[in-house]
Parts: sequence; C-alpha cells; structure tokens
Amino acid sequence: MSYKAKFRVWRGEGGEGKLEDFTVEVNEGEVVLDIIHRLQATQAPDLAVRWNCKAGKCGSCSMEINGKPRLGCMTRMSTFTEEEVITVTPMRTFPVIKDLVCDVSFNYQKAREVPSFTPPKDVRPGEYRMKQVDVERSQEFRKCIECFMCNNVCHVIRDHEENKAAFSGPRFLMRIAELDMHPYDVADRQVSAQEDHGLGYCNITKCCTEVCPEHIKITDNALIPMKERVVDRKYDPLVWLGNKIFKRSSS
Amino acid sequence: MEIERHDYDVVVIGAGGAGLRAAIEARQQGKRTAIVCKSLFGKAHTVMAEGGAAAAMGNVNSDDNWMVHFRDTMRGGKFLNNWRMAELHAKEAPDRVWELEAWGALFDRTKDGKISQRNFGGHEYPRLAHVGDRTGLELIRTLQQRVVALQQEDYETHGDYEAYIKVFAECTVTRLLKDGDAISGAFGYWRETGNLIVFDAPTVVLATGGIGKSYVVTSNSWEYTGDGHALALLAGAKLINMEFIQFHPTGMVWPPSVRGILVTESVRGDGGVLRNSEGKRFMFDYIPEVFKDKYATSEEEADRWYTDQANNRRPPELLPRDEVARAINSEVKAGRGSPQGGVFLDVSTRLPAEEIKRRLPSMHHQFKELADVDITTEPMQVGPTCHYIMGGVEVDADTGAAAVPGLFAAGEVSGGMHGSNRLGGNSLSDLLVFGRRAGLGASDYINGLKVRPKVSEASVESARKEALAPLERTGENPYEVHQELQRSMNDLVGIIRKAGEISEALEVIEKLKERVQLVGAAGNRIYNPGWHLALDLRNMLLVSECVAKAALLREESRGGHTRDDFPVMAADWRRKLLVCSTTDGSGVTVVEQAQPEMRQDLFDLFDRGELKKYLTEEEMDR
Repeated sequence: MSYKAKFRVWRGEGGEGKLEDFTVEVNEGEVVLDIIHRLQATQAPDLAVRWNCKAGKCGSCSMEINGKPRLGCMTRMSTFTEEEVITVTPMRTFPVIKDLVCDVSFNYQKAREVPSFTPPKDVRPGEYRMKQVDVERSQEFRKCIECFMCNNVCHVIRDHEENKAAFSGPRFLMRIAELDMHPYDVADRQVSAQEDHGLGYCNITKCCTEVCPEHIKITDNALIPMKERVVDRKYDPLVWLGNKIFKRSSS
Repeated sequence: MEIERHDYDVVVIGAGGAGLRAAIEARQQGKRTAIVCKSLFGKAHTVMAEGGAAAAMGNVNSDDNWMVHFRDTMRGGKFLNNWRMAELHAKEAPDRVWELEAWGALFDRTKDGKISQRNFGGHEYPRLAHVGDRTGLELIRTLQQRVVALQQEDYETHGDYEAYIKVFAECTVTRLLKDGDAISGAFGYWRETGNLIVFDAPTVVLATGGIGKSYVVTSNSWEYTGDGHALALLAGAKLINMEFIQFHPTGMVWPPSVRGILVTESVRGDGGVLRNSEGKRFMFDYIPEVFKDKYATSEEEADRWYTDQANNRRPPELLPRDEVARAINSEVKAGRGSPQGGVFLDVSTRLPAEEIKRRLPSMHHQFKELADVDITTEPMQVGPTCHYIMGGVEVDADTGAAAVPGLFAAGEVSGGMHGSNRLGGNSLSDLLVFGRRAGLGASDYINGLKVRPKVSEASVESARKEALAPLERTGENPYEVHQELQRSMNDLVGIIRKAGEISEALEVIEKLKERVQLVGAAGNRIYNPGWHLALDLRNMLLVSECVAKAALLREESRGGHTRDDFPVMAADWRRKLLVCSTTDGSGVTVVEQAQPEMRQDLFDLFDRGELKKYLTEEEMDR
C-alpha cells in the first residue's frame, strides 16, 4: 500500500529560503502532516512545523498545500495521485520564522483590539437565561479554531501589507459579529466594526468561507449580517456608502 | 549569548484550562503574572476535550447536588481519591461553570434557558455542561478571552496590555530554580529563536498536563511529555499515584496515522452502543460486582433509561472508563474484534442522522475527513488509547501547594483528585476549580513572604549547559530514542500489566537513559524540533520510570492499573499511596505512604454496604 511520494517543501529562515525536494514514504490513510513528520524523523530533523492535536481541533498546522491554505492534519494523501509533486509552503500573509512556521502575532494583536464580552452589570453568574435558538448564531462562530487561514487567504491583506493596520481580517470581524449577536452583550460594536476594524474593506468574495476547516459560513452568517447592521445603524445608505468610499481612498 | 531576564510574582507553566484559570486568579489578586506555554496561546490540549464539564447544577435533574457528585467521583476513583479534593471539586464546580458564562461562554441550553447537562459514564445524573462535542474549545477560548479582557483593563489603567499578565508563547521551561528550599524562578528557552530566558519569581504554578507522549497509542498531543511532573520531581517535590493511567476506551483505530485520537464518550452518553464482531452488545457481560445494582442487565432496560432514568438502571456502556477499556481489550483478545483491531461503536442505528450531526458535529467531521466513515450510516471502529494520568504532583487540596515552598500545581499534572480512575467530565471542572485555587494559593503565599527568594547564577549556568548540550553533540537522532520508549511503555506498561513485563520496561528505560545522554540535535537553535525533543526526552524518561516502578509495586488491580498477576482489588492497598521522588534526577525512588482517612461527615454520605466493598474491616469499625 505504501509508495514514495515527491514533496517540495519550503525551507528557510529570516526572509530567505527555497523549495527543497524530498522523496518520502507514504502509507495508507496518512495525511500531509504525517509526511512532514516522517521527513523530520528521517531526513530533516530540524524541519520546523507547528502542530498540536493532529485532529483538526486546534488550528496549529495551517500551511499551503499546492498553493491552497489547508490544515496539514486534515489533508489526506489519498486526495493526490501517486505521481503528483506535492508542494508545501508556509502561509503567505504572515512573515516566515522558519520553514513552515509563520509569525502569526498579527492575529493576537487584532484579537486584543476587539473589546471583550460586555454583559449588563446587574446579571450575576448563574442567572443567565438564553434560548438555544438565540445562542446558536454566536455558537457557530465560536467553533472557530483560530487556524488563521481565513485571514491568510483574504485578499485585503494577502498581498497588501499596507492594509494590515486598518483591517482585522475575517477572523476578528467574525468575533465582533459573534459578540454583537450574543444575547447578553450590551456593547456598541457596529460603528467600531466599520471604523476601527475595517469591515468596509470586505467585498464578500467568500474566500474565507471556502478555506474554513470548520465550515463556518463566515461571509454569509457573520460579515454580511454585520454589514447590514452597520447600514441600519447609519440610517442613510448613501452616507454609509460615502463614508466607505472615503475610507477606502484614504487608506 | 545574553540570557533574557523577567521579574514576575507568579509564573504559570502551561496555558490549558488549569494554567489560564490560575493566571486569571493570580492577576485578579493583583499579582504580576507570566503564562509560559510551549504552543501558541489558545492551542493547549484542553482544546481537545469534547464531552463537557461536570458540575452538579441540577439543571436537567434537580435531584443532583454536590454530595451525589462527590459520591460518583469517589466511586469512579475506587475510593483512592484525595477526599478533600473530591469534596472541593464537587462543591465548587457549579460556580466555576457559571463564571465562564459571565465571561462569554455559550453553552448549549435547556428548554427553560439554563445550561444544558448531558449524561456521562459514572455520573448518576445528567451533569456535563457542554457545547455539542467541542466543550474544551469553548472553555479554552473563554479563558483566553478572559485573559485578554484583563489585559484590556490593564491597558486602560496602565497604558500597557502586558502590565500585569503576559503570555510567553512557544517558550519551554526546562528547570525550576530555587533559593535554598524555596522556588525562586524558572529557566527556559524560546522555541522560535532558541534564546534562553530566566524568570525571577517566588512562585511557580505547574499546569503542564499529562504524559501521554510516552505511549505510541495516545489521544494526547506532542506537548504531553510530562514536563511539569519532571520539573516538580527535579525541584524536590513528590509525585503520587503514578501507576494509574487512564486508557480511554474509545480511540480511533484506523487509519494508522490517527490511531489513538479520541472518540468522545458523549457518543455513548447520547445513546451509542458497543458491539463485537458477532453483533453482540458485550458490555452486559462486564458489569463488575461493585456496580451490579446500578447498571441495567438487559438491552430493553438500558434503552428505556435514556427516556426514563427514574425507573431504569443505566446502560453498561456508561460504566467508568477503566471498566469499558478493559472490556474492549478482552473482546479483541478473544478474537471478537472489528476488522481493524477494535470493536464497533454504533450511533447510526440509535439516533436520526440530523440529531447525530447536531449533537456530535466534531465526531461526524473527524470520521468523515480522516477515515472516510459516515457515522450517521455506519458504525465506528474504536479501541483503548492512553488518555490521562491520574497521578501527579502531591499537593495540598485547598491551595494546590506542593512540598516545595512556592511550587503549586493544578489540573492533570497534580495528583489525588481522581484517585485510581477519573470520570469523564471531571477533568474540565477539575481545571477550573483547582486552577483557581492554585492561583489563589500562590497569591496568598506571596502575601506572606518576608524576603523574596533570589535566583543563583550557578543554577542558571547549570541549566544553560543542560539545555544547550544536545546541540553540541552529533550523536543519535532523538526520534529513535523516543519511538523506542513509546513502544516499550505501550507494550510493557500498558492497559494490562504483569511483573515480568514491567521489569523488562524498567531495563529498557535504564538503557534509554544512557542513550539520551548521547543524542544529538542537528541544525541550529532556531525553531529546531529535534533539539526540543532531545530535551523533552529527559522528562519522558523520568516520568516513565515513575509509572513503571509504581506499577511494579502495586500488587492489585484498581482503576487505571490492571495487573494480570494480581487481578483483584485489595482493600489494604486502598490505604496506601505510592510516592515517587528523586535526589538528582538519575533515578526514581518509590515509597509507600498512608492514605489519610476520610472525614466522618463525608464517610457518612455513603451506604455502609457500599463502603464494605472497598474498605478494610478495621476501617469500617470507626
């Protein structure tokens, strides 16, 4: 059942690097991360890769496989032919530390800029009462495993370093939507989504939804409704549009 | 190269549930707190927990209360538990869960809008607060977001997010530092750069989780190399109950590359059944004597229980984990296993497809993506996997304090709470209850401190030498040593043990200890996994030696320790704890220690007839 596969893996650090060729054994049922581990154990002990749970639950092993953002642990080798050369590179949107490991601190910084859950002051722990149907909307977004592939694939920042300051990316715009739809959250988040986190940059191409390993409908269920809420807040769609255009041209 | 230095009040090692809850508490007590973790923030192993957090809130069955939870926990641990920990845990778990909700957690709901609770093995009533089958993710994300909320508060007050709580992610601690007897700090390295780092701190809270990476088939991630267990030992603390390892009955068995990955107990809690190759629900044949009156004896009764718990007994699929794991092991050994060496776990004939997808979304996803199995139409194949160590640092129940002043431990790395076997769902609640208590314990310790202990330069220098040694050698590849350790522990100190095999494992460990002195790590210090593994091996070997030595001494079978040559549970052994320590790290000594007697009012919570099954006659005469 096993065969020798051809792998091209990005090796390098400090902004420099190149694709290195490997021939490596593949056995039945294995995933790309298994093959990377086999390379570590047999040919390249210092090959750097992040991973943790190996079950698609922690979102550590994000990488680009044949140019597509994927979790290494959830990409089965059986999805490729035995002849195919499999190219594995680090996520493109974030600076590379070494080999397949990126500096993803952008995401943690953006996370810190979203004001936290803000319940009413008079509700004590144990007194929360919510209907299942009312929590399900936010629960979908809380399935997020923070693999950051949505932020990696989003064209607003993928090849546009200059947009990073003003744009929090799908992950954190979805976090704002999650809080906005939380039955007990009382913070005002709509203006801030637009003005501080760059919701207006999103032109709903749904690339984020496509790469989400949790199959969260980021665009349809979080970003578009959030945009609608912003519009409702601003009453007049023309003013909103004007603001949006102004913001864009000034960025 | 210069070594980076940081001053903190509390250094928490590990950023899973226990570590984050401890850090939150320490910060809430006004202490400057560092969280040091091997992975990125929010990736710790807690994320893998599926079923839920056990807390007797009584939302689904109002008969539930802390006393029932306490009794279930003691039964599950075969009465070897530290009763004070089990008591605190049962009493405080509900508050800890409600607190999460006030920090933004969104649990599944009951019809009247409260937190929903589900059935689980060994729990008398539906007790697990949950979010589908991804409760661990919800828990860690909520705690992570609580840390961020506190950082935002500090930013408002001090203009610096990290004024009072800072996360040192992808940073590994390799030694605890002491001033005389007391903790004075910790030494480690940044995984990313290989640069060295020293924390000057009077307290360290260990929250490093477990040891599963010493086994081949495990549900644990790479982080589980027993770091906290080893750091505590090397600092002079003691480990108890190291012979008790929980093999979760249901891990994936195929494909080989995912062998061991967890299949949540919720599958059984929600109606899933275990069958052998003959199609028989075999668990009815494995109800042990001590549980005979609590479990259904026919399929009809078991099935009625899901809708009428007052008038029927529980299905035997929901026996405590040790019982189910042994049963599966026996079925496979008897030749009644599934094609890929497990047994069948079937929920497809028990619930409608939509209901399965709603209640068990991660399982549906996991089997679909990793094994090409649709669990709504066909059974899963499952078998036991190394999941959890009951043993760990011996701590004071109320404060989490270890024997070394300034050292605290919480969560899986601590020992006692779960006795010889942990009930499912009691881990997430354990993290919260004792994480908070350890954070509080560390803060109180600092408040009472007259002089701040100092880090000695000599101890930093020896830690530096030890950490860099593998890079300076060109010896054996560390992966080979690791694989041999994993195979030996799996085969020789696994789910069923006997004296000869354990002794053999100890011989292997002795040889591996010599080989570890010679392993080399190719490459430089920048994100070098070979180097990291070479350092982790010290910890895995120390912990494996504890497990094997304690397993050899305990001549009975109880919970997560099954001896083929001593198959019976012995009341005399219940009164004894096995305590591991080391003088210089070169070897482990194990001695017996008496188990403290249960307080009278807790003793009185049990039926005497039940206690007789576990306690000696002398103990019954109190």
